[in-house]
Amino acid sequence: MGRKLLTEHINVEGIDTFEVYRKHGGYRSVEKALKTMTPDEVVEEVKKSGLRGRGGAGFPTGLKWSFLAKPEGVPRHLVCNADESEPGTFKDRHLMSKLPHLLIEGMITSSYALGANTSYIYIRGELLYVLRILEKAISEAYANGFLGKNILGSGYDLDLHVHPGGGAYICGEETALLESLEGKRGNPRNKPPFPAVQGLYARPTVVNNVESIAAVVPIVNDGGDEYAKLGVGKSTGTKLFSACGHLNKPGIYEIELGVPVEEFIYSDEYCGGIWKGRELKAVVAGGSSVPILPKELILKTAAGENRLMTYESLSDGGFVTGTMLGSGGFIAMDETTCIVRNTWSFSRFYHHESCGQCSPCREGTGWMEKVLHRLEHGHGHMEDIDLLVSVAKQIEGNTICPLGEAAAWPVAAAVRHFRDEFEWHVTHAKEAARPGAVYPSKAVLA
Amino acid sequence: MAKITFDGIEIEVPDGTTIMNAARTVGGSIVPPAMCYYTPLKGSGGKCRACLVKVTAGSTKDPRPMPKLVPSCITSVQDGMVVENTVNQQVLDVRKGIVEMLLINHPLDCPVCDQAGECDLQNFAFEHGVSTTRYTEERRTFDKIDIGPLIQLHMTRCILCYRCVYTANQVAGDRVHGVLGRGDAAEIGTYIENIIDQDFSGNVIDVCPVGALTDKTWRFKQRVWFTKPVNAHRDCPKCSGNVLLWYKGKDVLRITARKDEYGEVKEWICNECRFEKKETSDWTIEGPAHIDRSSVISANHYELPVLNHSVVADLPESTQRELEKNPPLKLGS
Repeated sequence: MGRKLLTEHINVEGIDTFEVYRKHGGYRSVEKALKTMTPDEVVEEVKKSGLRGRGGAGFPTGLKWSFLAKPEGVPRHLVCNADESEPGTFKDRHLMSKLPHLLIEGMITSSYALGANTSYIYIRGELLYVLRILEKAISEAYANGFLGKNILGSGYDLDLHVHPGGGAYICGEETALLESLEGKRGNPRNKPPFPAVQGLYARPTVVNNVESIAAVVPIVNDGGDEYAKLGVGKSTGTKLFSACGHLNKPGIYEIELGVPVEEFIYSDEYCGGIWKGRELKAVVAGGSSVPILPKELILKTAAGENRLMTYESLSDGGFVTGTMLGSGGFIAMDETTCIVRNTWSFSRFYHHESCGQCSPCREGTGWMEKVLHRLEHGHGHMEDIDLLVSVAKQIEGNTICPLGEAAAWPVAAAVRHFRDEFEWHVTHAKEAARPGAVYPSKAVLA
Repeated sequence: MAKITFDGIEIEVPDGTTIMNAARTVGGSIVPPAMCYYTPLKGSGGKCRACLVKVTAGSTKDPRPMPKLVPSCITSVQDGMVVENTVNQQVLDVRKGIVEMLLINHPLDCPVCDQAGECDLQNFAFEHGVSTTRYTEERRTFDKIDIGPLIQLHMTRCILCYRCVYTANQVAGDRVHGVLGRGDAAEIGTYIENIIDQDFSGNVIDVCPVGALTDKTWRFKQRVWFTKPVNAHRDCPKCSGNVLLWYKGKDVLRITARKDEYGEVKEWICNECRFEKKETSDWTIEGPAHIDRSSVISANHYELPVLNHSVVADLPESTQRELEKNPPLKLGS
């Protein structure tokens, strides 16, 4: 198994306490940054590391930091987006509950780099027990002088707050998160202005994913160049993948970017193959919002090359034959999975979670869900399949925030790659509507 | 000052103007439709996506096209920007899609709706939509709610433009209503069915682009195109007192604020003027109000008698422009 930067000590007894974490090399990055580096040097290291946002969009973190506006006399903020609620993604929850001090250490170092004196962790409301863990860890950090006034005698002050959300998926969108943090209804803002210019309380703000902030710790400890040696091309470092679905060994794996997808699924080191000796049918590689890919396309690209677990390789072929790395929610489905039912399930989620602010998403997500419900329950028509594609296209790109796209992509991709299965649901409506009905493979149909 | 090209027309406007307002300085059919944007309300716009336009060149400095369509109501102009609205097929297709989306959960009960005839959604759908629907599912419905003795909320018709929310916050004062729930279950709500009774709360009726907020003193009295709008004013201690009286015969059936050609209220009026002063003797009559010729309200040709310019002095500028463009029919011809 490759090198682990974040989760090396995750199974050590009592690692969630300050003493044990410190004993295993914790808070070294804070000491190094505050005592020997200027904030700009930290930003420079992160830039060199090539770290890309781990929340889904994959935007280079160092670049994002350098966009932060720095007007005189206006406070800046760092906000950690811990509102992880994408179906299939559960890496941040694991990281925070096991290694709360790693996130806090990352928050201190990153806040120092950005010149923020008040930082926030916005955590998903359902993760109440993680909130307790974080609060305990934060009070330990305060007690040991790593938070508060004049940290380690460097003259740098930082206050860190944890704020629980109300349990809305939309509050994971950065501007909706900021609205929610300000105490308002979690509606995404129109951009521009971007948070780097006008974010929390109209002050310059950086919003980063939990894993991105945690990754700053090894970057500062070992240097950005060292971090960039891991991985392939522009996908540097390690990444947490939360593997779930019909796998022998589902769970959270920290892998060096660049492991072939085939190895990740079938190797005993990772997921250990598909359960019950069944065949793989399809994979959603980065959380429910990225396009689904059938077995043939997830293992090999359209050009016949091995697909790797990197940002570039997974998106090879665009949305016609590719997908996205997204947030690392790796959902594998075996041959008994009904794609229509699965798509309906995803669609139901987005219908439920749309904030209702802009019309294409508000109305379109519900429409798609109803059509998919009809198809799955044996009341569909052939025209419905094209209707789905058309509605998805009407939503995509016309909404305020990316939730519209997140709702449209899985539906469009499912129809693109599994059209015969949708058609079977119309032609064999009664059969398909039976609970547990499975589309027979093409070989059986022939 | 920034110079932009909008649908091939060069427009010069001050920096910081939105694309929508730049287009409005020219006027006519090139102006993007607005279902949620409302100039007097701070923070409105960007929600309905009806005004999406294509920016084919961002600015002189950075002439790259913007990757997505942008909402013209909240996007500021840049010097050298090139915008396509009615000449871009993608924009028109998307707009058609927006009409479809706005209508799928709309009850389309125009035959019994008081807003019919002066409804922004009706006009928008007529101009940009298609006459059929692909939606066969059940539409979402809500119960009608009386918010106070004067206003009724019919949420089923609402398109969630948020205009009334901003009006309640910015014009009427105390914030008593907002949006509850999310997605297509989101609804305008007064928390625990509060009553809205601030002095200026009646303005939410005027800003509503559809028939979701209606005046209970006017409901089901008359179709708007059978009534005649007349400009009038009174000395009001609370507001400007400049209103529109809607007559049927000798009776004042309804009183609203005066609106400009884009359906935006010029001056907010108070509830006393709106709901209580329904006698002609309460008002000083100024004369018939101008109604756009394309409006269904002008179908009864009530404007014809005033077409003789000498009869009415000081015709509003918009009327004069309209008259020049469309010379009136001579009486009896």
